[in-house]
Amino acid sequence: MIAMGTAEAGPAEPAPGGPAPPRRRARRGKRLAPYFLGLPAGLWLAIFFLVPLVTMLSLSLQTCDPFTLACTLTWRWGRFGEVFSAHTTQFARSFMYAGAATVLDLLVAFPLVYWIAFRARRKSVFLMLLLVPFFVSYVIRTILWQFILSDNGVVLGSLKAAHLLPERFHVLNTGFAVVAGLAYSYFPFAALPMYVALERIDKGYIEAAFDLYAHRATMLRRIVWPLALPGIFAAVLLTFVPAAGDYVNATLLGGTSSTMIGNVIQNEFLVFSDYPSASALSAILMAIMLVGIFIYARALGTRSIEEYV
Amino acid sequence: MTDDRTRGIDPALWRGLTEPRYSRRRFLRDAGVTVGGLSLASILAACGTKGVTTASGADAPNAGMGTPEWWGQQQLHNEFRFANWGYYIDTAHGEHPSLTKFTQDTGIQVNYFEDVNDNVQFYSKIRPDLQQGNDIGYDLIVSTDNDPPISQMVGFNWAIPLDQSKMTNFYKYSSDLIRDPSFDPGNKYTMGWQSGYTCLAYNSKFITEPITSLQSLFDPKYSGKIGMMGISSELGAIGLLALGKDPKASTPEEWQQAADKLMEQKPLVRSYYDSSYLRALKNEDIWITMAWSGDIFYAATYQGYDTLKVVIPDEGAMFWTDYMMIPYTAQNPLDAMTYMDSVFDPQVAAQIADYVGYVCPVPAAQEIIRTELDDPVVADSPTVFPTPEIEAVTHYYPSWADPNVVTGWNETFVPIFE
Repeated sequence: MIAMGTAEAGPAEPAPGGPAPPRRRARRGKRLAPYFLGLPAGLWLAIFFLVPLVTMLSLSLQTCDPFTLACTLTWRWGRFGEVFSAHTTQFARSFMYAGAATVLDLLVAFPLVYWIAFRARRKSVFLMLLLVPFFVSYVIRTILWQFILSDNGVVLGSLKAAHLLPERFHVLNTGFAVVAGLAYSYFPFAALPMYVALERIDKGYIEAAFDLYAHRATMLRRIVWPLALPGIFAAVLLTFVPAAGDYVNATLLGGTSSTMIGNVIQNEFLVFSDYPSASALSAILMAIMLVGIFIYARALGTRSIEEYV
Repeated sequence: MTDDRTRGIDPALWRGLTEPRYSRRRFLRDAGVTVGGLSLASILAACGTKGVTTASGADAPNAGMGTPEWWGQQQLHNEFRFANWGYYIDTAHGEHPSLTKFTQDTGIQVNYFEDVNDNVQFYSKIRPDLQQGNDIGYDLIVSTDNDPPISQMVGFNWAIPLDQSKMTNFYKYSSDLIRDPSFDPGNKYTMGWQSGYTCLAYNSKFITEPITSLQSLFDPKYSGKIGMMGISSELGAIGLLALGKDPKASTPEEWQQAADKLMEQKPLVRSYYDSSYLRALKNEDIWITMAWSGDIFYAATYQGYDTLKVVIPDEGAMFWTDYMMIPYTAQNPLDAMTYMDSVFDPQVAAQIADYVGYVCPVPAAQEIIRTELDDPVVADSPTVFPTPEIEAVTHYYPSWADPNVVTGWNETFVPIFE
């Protein structure tokens, strides 16, 4: 896309004199350059995205022998309906948990990155601090929460000792713990895109708003908010999408009634070896997300990006 | 505005980056050309898989392997790769003394991997390679008979028949408990590694009354402090035992009754754990739980969790065994074979049992642990050297060799923890 824009700018200037062969060759090179530049990314997408995707879609329409795993394409569309209706609870729960985690992340991250972008002296230090947890594996960090939140651990144990909490109170193995875990896991994905959007705002606009006697709230509403929208759009996508498919948090922090659709897919794959059902569930999850993202982008995303950037 | 936009960045680049309409159309056109040439149906159909050949004899994957002549042609490569569960062999200062000793005695280097975390998941990982006939990266693997994989692998002829002439220690010292498993009569393909009980554990710091029955797992008094296993084979078996049914002889109707009982119990349960139940028990999140005998024994004896108690309940306990097998894709079968028999030497068995705390496959190791290793706690533990009383209440799992049993069982019990 990048070079395409440049290539388009080329013909705008009229070619002076007769067409010189070397020049044409140079032009053709210029025209093909974007394709060569795009080749690695295209191959990457083809090998690691298209091939698995087609395999998954194909598998979801196959019928497999559960024992020998011999699969043949039978075009059994009915499976989609069956697996969906059997797991509506987990689908609904996944979107609820992911939605709650995303809202939580936005509420916490926005003021934080606003402060870093507009007020903090050493921005890089704070950005670094945001990223430091990423040096430790995601699963290990989630397991560490089990220790921190354990019933008689540092936090709850002390509160219980002070009689501030009832003896059997617990956070671990609840839906709340899963949402909190998701929010924690994907926090940087919410914070960084918003930071990028805020950081890019010309401070002159803010000064101008105040010069025109805008209230702080008005300034935020009329200047910062619209300019930050593309960042928020990206933040929501980067948080919600992986959170809805996550199964680690539900496994490690969840309880008896907090399994998400990722756990169901995992069981279908590993316990039942029912690859078609697992693929069908994955395809449904993808389809719901794509439709959701499309509507969301129409409502908020693309227009804002075109208008404001 | 213009100043801001052109500063440092070419406006055309900006446009390219931010305007989706142009690029989307372009992309769709290009993609259309690419896809158009190929029929979607043919791509989808090409993804079908052949599956496993259930053929035996000349067509079997291990055809021709494991005969005396075949073993006669094998040579030692002085190394092999062994995949086992974590904490399942003696360990001291990051090394495994019994393996070091084996290397000193035989010159065979053991590349030991603690790569098995869950039978079914491990199987899912190695299965595609076994199906294709590729090296799975291990010459010796361990799998437990409480889950379907080991009987499936033997049934699919994915194991090399053992060299019966090299099983002298096994036939001389091994306990009857691990001989002739139902999926492998005559130990043609497998030998036991260690065994254990799926039973009951509790923390006596919080539960002071004596626990003797599985019914305590269903006691509302421990609501929110009860741990169960989110492992279909284990959960179902304990549910059946709690109903007084023998899992091995159970019928699908009884499975449903057990599932109903477990469903009723669900509001009391804290969570359905995998091997992480142990962490929850140690962290005091749960007070009473389904457990694997050796875990609790080890934690209580060596890790200072001395309030943890392991109980063989009145209703009985599930007995399982981990079996060693050589996959037909092994690169160093003779080295693996040599090692397999060596662990039944009472000295080696004692060394391993003294560390892992599961049921020792070699009864003769008991005296060595008591006298030479001077560890009466282990030697006298009924969950390391089972007493006749415990053997009397021992139960076994249904035969997982029947795929209908596996599917029916999973469909009954998985929804409980899903």
